[in-house]
Amino acid sequence: MLAESLALSALLFTIGVVGVLTRRNAIIIFMCVELMLNAVNLSFVALSRLYGATGQVFVIFVMTVAAAEAAVGLAIIIAIFRHRRSVNLEDINLLKG
Amino acid sequence: MQTELPHTGHPLADSVARFVWLLPALPLLGFALNGILALRAAATPGPADPTAASHDAHAHVAHPSGDGHGHDDAAGHHVARHPSASLVSLIGPGVLALTFGLAVAILFAMRDLGDAMHAPYVQTLFAWMPTGSLSVDVAFQLDQLSMVMVLIISGVGFLIHLFSVGYMQDDPGYPRYFAYLNLFVFFMLLLVLGASYPLMFVGWEGVGLCSYLLIGFWFSEKANADAGKKAFIVNRIGDFGFLVAMFLMFANLATLSFDGVGTAALELPMGGTLATAICLFLFLGAVGKSAQIPLYVWLPDAMAGPTPVSALIHAATMVTAGVYLVARSATLFSMAPVAQLTVAVIGALTAVLAATIGLKQWDIKKVLAYSTVSQLGYMFVGVGVGAYTAGVFHLMTHAFFKALLFLGSGSVIYAMHQAYHATHNHEDAQDMRNMGGLRRHMPVTFGLMWIATLAIAGIPPFAGFFSKDEILSSVFARTHGSTLADASWLGIPGSAVLYGVYALGLAAALMTAIYMTRMMLYTFHGPNRTGELERGHLKEAPWIMTGPLVVLGLLSLVGGWFNLPAITGGALGPDEALHHWLEPVVGASTAIVTNGEAAHLSHGTELALIGAAVLIAAAGIAIAVFRLKPADLKPAKDAPAEQGLEKTLLNKWYVDEAYDKAVVRPTLGISRIVLWKGVDTGLIDGLFVNGTGLLMRAFGWLGSQLQSGRVGTYAWALLLGAIAVLSAFSFR
Amino acid sequence: MTMGNQFYPLLYGFTFYFFGLVAVASAVLFVTRKSPVAAALWLVNVMFCLAALYIMLDAQFVGAIQVLVYAGAIMVVFVFVVMLLNLGHPSELSDIRGKAGRIIAGVLGLALLAEVMVLARSQFPAQLTLPAAVTTDAALGTAGIIGPIAASLFRQYLLAFELTSILLLTAIIGAVVIGKKRGPTDAG
Repeated sequence: MLAESLALSALLFTIGVVGVLTRRNAIIIFMCVELMLNAVNLSFVALSRLYGATGQVFVIFVMTVAAAEAAVGLAIIIAIFRHRRSVNLEDINLLKG
Repeated sequence: MQTELPHTGHPLADSVARFVWLLPALPLLGFALNGILALRAAATPGPADPTAASHDAHAHVAHPSGDGHGHDDAAGHHVARHPSASLVSLIGPGVLALTFGLAVAILFAMRDLGDAMHAPYVQTLFAWMPTGSLSVDVAFQLDQLSMVMVLIISGVGFLIHLFSVGYMQDDPGYPRYFAYLNLFVFFMLLLVLGASYPLMFVGWEGVGLCSYLLIGFWFSEKANADAGKKAFIVNRIGDFGFLVAMFLMFANLATLSFDGVGTAALELPMGGTLATAICLFLFLGAVGKSAQIPLYVWLPDAMAGPTPVSALIHAATMVTAGVYLVARSATLFSMAPVAQLTVAVIGALTAVLAATIGLKQWDIKKVLAYSTVSQLGYMFVGVGVGAYTAGVFHLMTHAFFKALLFLGSGSVIYAMHQAYHATHNHEDAQDMRNMGGLRRHMPVTFGLMWIATLAIAGIPPFAGFFSKDEILSSVFARTHGSTLADASWLGIPGSAVLYGVYALGLAAALMTAIYMTRMMLYTFHGPNRTGELERGHLKEAPWIMTGPLVVLGLLSLVGGWFNLPAITGGALGPDEALHHWLEPVVGASTAIVTNGEAAHLSHGTELALIGAAVLIAAAGIAIAVFRLKPADLKPAKDAPAEQGLEKTLLNKWYVDEAYDKAVVRPTLGISRIVLWKGVDTGLIDGLFVNGTGLLMRAFGWLGSQLQSGRVGTYAWALLLGAIAVLSAFSFR
Repeated sequence: MTMGNQFYPLLYGFTFYFFGLVAVASAVLFVTRKSPVAAALWLVNVMFCLAALYIMLDAQFVGAIQVLVYAGAIMVVFVFVVMLLNLGHPSELSDIRGKAGRIIAGVLGLALLAEVMVLARSQFPAQLTLPAAVTTDAALGTAGIIGPIAASLFRQYLLAFELTSILLLTAIIGAVVIGKKRGPTDAG
């Protein structure tokens, strides 16, 4: 089942990528990133059967980082929404120098 | 400097000659000391300020001709003597005296060796350019040829330094003058003592620099500065030839030392392209330095410098460096008959052309300048036909009598200036039309100048007769049974070319006699035209100036004894002394030219040739004496303008004007239109500098377009990048 | 794999494919839903399926915290934010890009997938079959399920573990600072 797991991981990752590319809503793009993280986690878990528990440790780290990221990212989105009344990325070019 | 030098095994190594490095070092020391004094003077404002000269000169001396001779004004009694003048007067000529003394000591050491002195003594001081396949040392080469040059330079140089003490005594730039003069002697000795072409080139460039500095010594006058620039730029053309010759030697002979090149040259095919090319490029260098056609135009202008400088640099020593270069490269030239013929033809043409111009000059120094060019042509004829001894002999005698002539003219100008200064007259002190009858006022100078005139005209037994006669008879001897006669020059048989050269030589000799006699007649004979008031102020120069003249006069008188023709049979002294002296250096090369046979003509022919030469010289003097009427001459301000040929000659065949139209203006035009507007403004500024800026701005604009600030765009770019990177791995 | 049933591999395979297909379908639905709330719920579904797959891949602990932390905590925060901002109103325009954008994104996605597949094949040639020894009952029995993870996490990766705590603390403070409503006095 390892090969299938890795293939599924790749597929889910790709779906997440396509989601990032096609959506404009910041929250949905954020969730697409979460999907990509999950896809990678699946790879870690699948390969941990081959190489031991380290892969699962990494999954735990990824989840921790994802949680932190969600907290900060959502806070940013809320802040932007307060300012602009929109979470559409087309309306947001704050990164422009 | 090291005192413990490597033992070279040469017999000279243990003699006084091991101090050969002191020869150039002493003038260098003099330069340093005088230079420090000059800088100290420059730092303290006041009468010692060098720029004071210009103010002073402008205030008291007018220059209707604008060429600034008036600056040869040393009288300036109102100018305070330079504070360190006495120290400078001690150092400047003093180091030269020491140098000359050492040179004489080395000469005796060499003479004691006799035949053991067959190879040059090379003293290597240190490695200068140790590169891969080329290693050049700072090494001094002492042989018979360089010894002759060292003696001329230090001996005549010492006399001229002494003369300068009197001539320049009141000049505010006195220490600067002696610093330059010492530096010049240093470079000149480096030039003749260097054991390789690159070291010689250092001296070559150095004397060019000193020449530039001294021509423009009174630089506050634009004409003087321009004359210096002209000399410097024209010389660069010649230096280009010298450099190319060195490149050719390095590329093909893989050596640059005189010794190495001399050996390698003998391996070259006779009359081969390589030897000819090297020689012609070397000769181009010589043409620039020694003022031959077509690069002679700088030398007459160089008379803008102080008169002793004209005597030392632009008559006796530096301008003869080209002759020395050819003699030094004798082996190479002997392998290239075509190049030799070129040297001889150029020399002969220059001798005649300069002599024609000299016929109609009014400026006493200009007459001497063209005379120098003409005599240099003679020397090139000598070395060109492989008579290296004759060329060097003439170089030596010329150094004596031309230095005497220049210093004599310096005395005359000095006297004229004193006179004009006393009455605040602004006439040109160098114009012969303002002189006349000076023999009554300065008899010593008058007598000595006549000796020099007879010497240069070629009247026996004066020095010039022997050297000039030897050159002409050598040319005649080469017309048969030499490599030159067998060679073909531009399709003309070599012997025909040599007959032509001989004829030109005779013509030049005739004109030399005429213009020199003319100069003497106008300057010293006839009625005085200086002016009623000034006449009383005309007087002989002080002894510090006439003393050197006397010594030079003596040398001009007896200089011929250094190399009496064989035909005298030793009746008057050892015959062909210089010839035997130089035999180890140039003998082999001369033998190649003469196909190994002795170069002597039959006694009958030789006597006939001597007779012809003397007759022509005498005829020239006679023509001048009978045709010219000094009494009819009017002072410069009243003189009518010249017409026809006279005007053409006075204007030097309009060569300067032709150069100006053919070379200078087109060069300036091209510089302005193509190089400045086109290349500099258009290409470099426009395309390269601004274009680069524009390109960067374009890139910047493109980059800024990428920085839209939209995360979506970045995500697309990120993915494309990821795909690109992964594909690089996928398709591996 | 504790059951010695001969149908067990078949059942295992069926279950695996079932959850896998549901996960893919849910992911596709998640990406294509216009409403953020619906999308979030489909993502939660993907996570549940992944949790099931984790358990089937003998990562029971990870499967449990996947449900607890991811589906239960993180996704809830997402849904909270969506609702707080009152997004996903039917009157809003769709945030999905136009047809051209979707096609290009699809093509690029396929290209990426193909490349990953190629790389996976070339990097792991023959080892994609499971070594038997690792998952034997004995191996699981002695160390338990969490034991190896704990051993790795608290020994080898102790420093990283402690650093994550700092990261979380920073994130909490950051989120509070960023999300704080600014008063008129310190607006700027």
